Amino acid sequence: MGKEALIEDIRTKLGRAVEAVSDSFGDTVLTVRADSLRPALAGLREGPFDYAVLLDITCVDFAAGEGRFELVYHLYSLSRNVRLRLKTSVPASDPEAASVSGLWKNAGWLEREAFDMFGVRFTGHPDLRRILTYEGFEGHPLRKSYPWRLAQPRIPLKDKL
Amino acid sequence: MSGFDFLTTRLETALGWGRKFSLFHYPFITACCGMEYMSAACAHFDIDRFGAGLTRFSPRQADLLLVVGTVTHKLAPVLKTVYDQMLEPKWVIAFGACAVSGGIYQNYAVVQGIDRIIPVDVYIPGCPPRPEMVLDGLMKLQDKIQHQKQDWRWGKKP
Repeated sequence: MGKEALIEDIRTKLGRAVEAVSDSFGDTVLTVRADSLRPALAGLREGPFDYAVLLDITCVDFAAGEGRFELVYHLYSLSRNVRLRLKTSVPASDPEAASVSGLWKNAGWLEREAFDMFGVRFTGHPDLRRILTYEGFEGHPLRKSYPWRLAQPRIPLKDKL
Repeated sequence: MSGFDFLTTRLETALGWGRKFSLFHYPFITACCGMEYMSAACAHFDIDRFGAGLTRFSPRQADLLLVVGTVTHKLAPVLKTVYDQMLEPKWVIAFGACAVSGGIYQNYAVVQGIDRIIPVDVYIPGCPPRPEMVLDGLMKLQDKIQHQKQDWRWGKKP
């Protein structure tokens, strides 16, 4: 499957969900609408595309300019040895996206990381807790609005002595 | 000792002398400064020359808390508990830039200096500090102990 044929197939499969297609250092970058994020990823997971590996879920804060977060999904197809980057925008005031932990098992922890660092709520996630920071941590530290000199409150000692 | 059959001193001075040369220390080591601590504690630089050679791995038996390395907000309650478990009289040395001020880590995770949690007697800056600086800090602490008001069991509490 050549690159143009692949993009054409993806456009046919996902229909109006695709907002834009671009190329970044030889890898295809898809921009999809936030409300059709999960069906788009489910479509790419199966069939001829076969993106069986979810490499990473990250988030970018564009708060200074546009007041939005951008979720970035990195996919990889083992059978075809190609990568795909999928982006979608969520509003920074109320960041919410559909969980894909049912499609890829590892999405559970990756979404917890995005929740911990950026406060993006993933609806349908079975256990959306903090993963890198601890219980009692206030705020989401990788947001641009997080105060850079904020001192966290003192938490109580966990273990009884 | 011929000709010197007795000597006079003040109780405060004698207590201070005893305390400054019998520092049992508890190493609270969290980061790379621990290597410098080992270097200072072992035979080449040898803090045992200053009477601080007995490392105790229980805070209840120690009277000098060496905070060596980065302390995060998550670790802060542990450090506070260790300090509270130590018996009086007790002293604290902040060892290295991270313990002194947070060092290079001005971020959401790291406490910007352990003096936000516990009182500190001597600050040893450096990333990491040379063992000579550690010895210098130790001698400064000894000087402080010698000249401070000694509280003792039968004395009146200040």
